[in-house]
Amino acid sequence: MRPFAYATPPDAREAVLAVAERPDAAFLAGGTNLVDHLRLGVATPGLLVDVTALTSAEIEDLPDGGLRLGAAVRNSDLAADPRVRGRYPVLAEALLAGASGQLRNMATTGGNPLQRTRCVYFQDVTTPCNKREPGSGCAAIGGATRNHAILGTSGRCIATHPSDMAVALAALDAQVHVLGPDGERTVPFTDLHTLPGDTPERDTVLGHGELITAIDVPAAPIAARSRYRKVRDRASYAFALVSVAACLDVAGGRIRDARLAFGGVAHKPWRAHRAEEALRGAPATDESYRAAAGVELADARPQEGFDGGNAFKIPLLTGTLVSTLRALAGEETRA
Amino acid sequence: MTATLEPRAIGRGLARRDGGAKVRGVAIYADETPVPDPLFCRIVQATVARGRVSDVDTAGATALDGVVGVMTSTEAERLASTDDAELAVLQGTEVGFRGQIVAAVLAETDEVAREAADLVRVTYAEEQADARLSADRGDLYTPESVNPTYPPDTHEGDVAAAMAEAPVTVEQTYTTPMHHNNPMEPHATTALWEDGHLTLWDSTQGVHPVRQTVTQIFGLEPEQVRVVCPYVGGGFGSKGNPHANVIMAAMAARAVPGRPVRLALTRQQMFSLAGYRTPTIQRMQLAAERDGTLRGIAIDVVEQTSRIKEFAEQTGVPTRNMYAAPNRRTTHRLAALDVPVPSWMRAPGECPGMFGPEVAMDELAAELGLDPVELRIRNEPEVDPETGKPFSSRNLVACLREGAARFGWAGRDHRPGMRLEDGWWVGTGVAASVYPTMRMPKSTATVTYDGGRYVARIGAADLGTGTWTVLPQIAADALDVPVEDVDVLIGDTDHPEASVAGGSSGTTTWGSALVEAVREFRDKYGEDPHDGDAASGSVNPNAAEEDYVMSAFGAQFAEVRVHADTGEVRVPRLYGVFAAGRIVNPRLARSQFLGGMTMGLGMALHEQSLLDPRTGHVVNHDLAEYHVPANADVDDLQAHWVDEDDPYVNAMGSKGIGEIGIVGTAAAVANAAWHATGVRVRDLPVTLDRVLPAR
Ligand SMILES: Cc1cc2nc3c(=O)[nH]c(=O)nc-3n(C[C@H](O)[C@H](O)[C@H](O)COP(=O)(O)OP(=O)(O)OC[C@H]3O[C@@H](n4cnc5c(N)ncnc54)[C@H](O)[C@@H]3O)c2cc1C
Ligand code: SF4
Repeated sequence: MRPFAYATPPDAREAVLAVAERPDAAFLAGGTNLVDHLRLGVATPGLLVDVTALTSAEIEDLPDGGLRLGAAVRNSDLAADPRVRGRYPVLAEALLAGASGQLRNMATTGGNPLQRTRCVYFQDVTTPCNKREPGSGCAAIGGATRNHAILGTSGRCIATHPSDMAVALAALDAQVHVLGPDGERTVPFTDLHTLPGDTPERDTVLGHGELITAIDVPAAPIAARSRYRKVRDRASYAFALVSVAACLDVAGGRIRDARLAFGGVAHKPWRAHRAEEALRGAPATDESYRAAAGVELADARPQEGFDGGNAFKIPLLTGTLVSTLRALAGEETRA
Repeated sequence: MTATLEPRAIGRGLARRDGGAKVRGVAIYADETPVPDPLFCRIVQATVARGRVSDVDTAGATALDGVVGVMTSTEAERLASTDDAELAVLQGTEVGFRGQIVAAVLAETDEVAREAADLVRVTYAEEQADARLSADRGDLYTPESVNPTYPPDTHEGDVAAAMAEAPVTVEQTYTTPMHHNNPMEPHATTALWEDGHLTLWDSTQGVHPVRQTVTQIFGLEPEQVRVVCPYVGGGFGSKGNPHANVIMAAMAARAVPGRPVRLALTRQQMFSLAGYRTPTIQRMQLAAERDGTLRGIAIDVVEQTSRIKEFAEQTGVPTRNMYAAPNRRTTHRLAALDVPVPSWMRAPGECPGMFGPEVAMDELAAELGLDPVELRIRNEPEVDPETGKPFSSRNLVACLREGAARFGWAGRDHRPGMRLEDGWWVGTGVAASVYPTMRMPKSTATVTYDGGRYVARIGAADLGTGTWTVLPQIAADALDVPVEDVDVLIGDTDHPEASVAGGSSGTTTWGSALVEAVREFRDKYGEDPHDGDAASGSVNPNAAEEDYVMSAFGAQFAEVRVHADTGEVRVPRLYGVFAAGRIVNPRLARSQFLGGMTMGLGMALHEQSLLDPRTGHVVNHDLAEYHVPANADVDDLQAHWVDEDDPYVNAMGSKGIGEIGIVGTAAAVANAAWHATGVRVRDLPVTLDRVLPAR
């Protein structure tokens, strides 16, 4: 751990400038990920700019019936908000499936989607990692790959994105408000995270100094019947092996519409457009769900590893999707 | 046979005497020892698994403000003894495993020490390392003995012939992975070298064993070394022997006479320096008659040790005493690899060694269409199968029956994969537990009468097990006075010598020493002593051990649910019933049993150190990735015991209880997972991908 400077500028604009002008500066929010990285030597910033007091900690109603989530809203407050629970159960469930109570009390709406991969080699500075040190190699390939990706991997990085909340936001077509040195812009949540390709050091499309100020979740009646299903190696307090965020609209035993995103399978929350397409108009049966999973996973490329690898994620994700959609369709029948 | 004490304080569920201090946070642990102006030591670890250190560049580290020094193999003092390669810290350039200490930094603050340690640049002449355990390696060898002093192999009759002739056989290979002890409190030492005296405030399972090792290694006299440890935040065997960190702390202190030094390992460092349970490969053979009577039983074990120091886990040993069978074989073979040094972890031998056999017994029961409880009862031996001696007491059958009754075992449909409830496959399983009743050869206690109170002293350890509370109960009954009138002081080499808190032997050994000391005291001073009257006594060898085999037994019953779509495994019920002599303190005993069973649940479902064979290091070296059960994994967990009157074990009538709870749990859970799904998992842990094909 290296010494660093700590700053609390008066407003977001100043914070952005402070970070933008120093290549070794970083924003600090709840610190639940960044501070660990300082200790591990994974991050070695010279300046931390605390933004928790500079962005909104409010959840505001949007005119269309959606919600605007300030970047400083804590994960626990977001999960407990009655509007979130009523309109977007999938989001509340995703938040509550993440980390622990203490961590969620610190973690923020802006910081959560920007947490970095839990790849064990990324977190260990004694092993090569292209994400941590571009060009050094990828220790995970051929190593322990149980927790790694099966979709959208590259020969340089096979990491997954660990956030649960981000999977729900990807399914909900959220929009990210960003303030940068050159002004404001809005990024669709599904475009925020990148695939590793040749630049695994990048997790997102955000440039250095770009600050998330808020995330909009648009109105989505379909989300009233939605679920987040997380499957992990113990009953709580573990990252997802796979997860499914699903919204389902079923009438008369037929699927009218669906929104799906998968966690634990890719370098980004995986919006499953192809599976959604396959479901539209299909009968609400296990066969349809299984077929939809098959379509989305057609390109899946499991990894071998000394720990047994991650080929199990294909049947696991399939089973998880079937189970989740069956339960949602069941709610429809009962309703 | 010793006269068993009349239980008055013994048998009462007294609250922990140290509980209040711990809850209030005022109990002092090693790293918090209040010392003036301490320095902080941070270690630098090898990043190769085999080779030599060719250069250590300390320039960056020493340039930092606040750095007092960097220790490398060039500057470090030469130790008096380097026989134990694990403890020969900084004595040469050879690297025996990844994570070995290759340098250390001393600084005025912990932060500076840590930063400086990061700045030490070590270069290596790396050699090809070999860290891959397998049963078909050509270089497996037979150790001279297995932990602590058992013969590696035993043979009786002809198992191969029994396998060929028996109508029903089971032949399978089972594996248990590498496990790490992971006590909450990391290994930590505060050390002071002053006027030729070394004081170590160390987190340890035995102050005297630490002193003994340290005096040998540094060539000191016992009077020159004091080790103090009132409280320990868990050890599970990893603090049973001092590891390299203790030697490092002492060396650092000797480099700066008069200044205390603190050295605490990080969680990650504990994965290479504090011991671990070796992975095991267990080939089992069972030969049986149609009625389930065993004709033959064999276990052939392959496991690892480190190239620089041997530790041979006695995985095959419990099979020697468990079930009757005329033909028997147990063997141990080791692979010496470029890996960290394995050591004790809760119930070494029994814990891994009751996985293969107890799953194999379940497979045999299934083969026979027999109740697995009944199968075990049919193979209950009348005398110890290995030695032919009687057991001092053996109540496995009573535990099985009591457990079956409590669990609602009767009427179980023994066929697997038959019960689907709300999308979960449901099954139940059973396994037996065993743990030998051990007594260490050396321990002494003194008793002093002081101001109307009896004060006993003994250098024993309390690693959260309850020693502070249980020893006064024993002393009070030996003295025949109220327990409130007795103090027992422990955790300091200034007290008389005590054995390590290991092998579940503490209460037997230290309690016996206390009883002897009290006897001496009463002989000398009678019932009406004066202030200052004092006497001491030591544990004696137990003559009954010549004639009897002594062990605690138990039975564990698990209910397992496996999600039909995802394979997620849950254990809604886990019941253990134990026969462990007289229970000295039911409240503390229950927490030992439940703690052992919870750890066994972790072994069943979660725990697995992933040693990357390419690098020789454990990659999931923190508690976010090395999973132990979370609260949500532990549901209806119950520990019970049957009354057991054993006049042979010791004056308390007690058997060790610290380890038996972890023995057999994983087999019970794996057996229940099979009963739920029909999928037999023979490799721990039982993770969802291993039962997923159930669908
Ligand atoms: C033991 C453990 C278990 C966990 N389990 C889970 C889990 O199961 N599921 C899960 O989803 N998460 C889990 N987490 C991760 C946790 O959710 C994240 O650490 C947390 O959400 C990050 O939010 P933060 O506010 O603390 O971010 P910080 O740590 O402060 O920052 C994270 C990153 O985001 C940047 N950043 C922060 N705010 C902004 C902003 N407004 N604009 C631009 N950049 C910003 C920082 O510079 C940093 O790079 C776990 C964490 C731990 C330690
Ligand atoms: S998978 Fe990605 S994060 Fe992990 S070691 Fe490889 S490059 Fe680094």
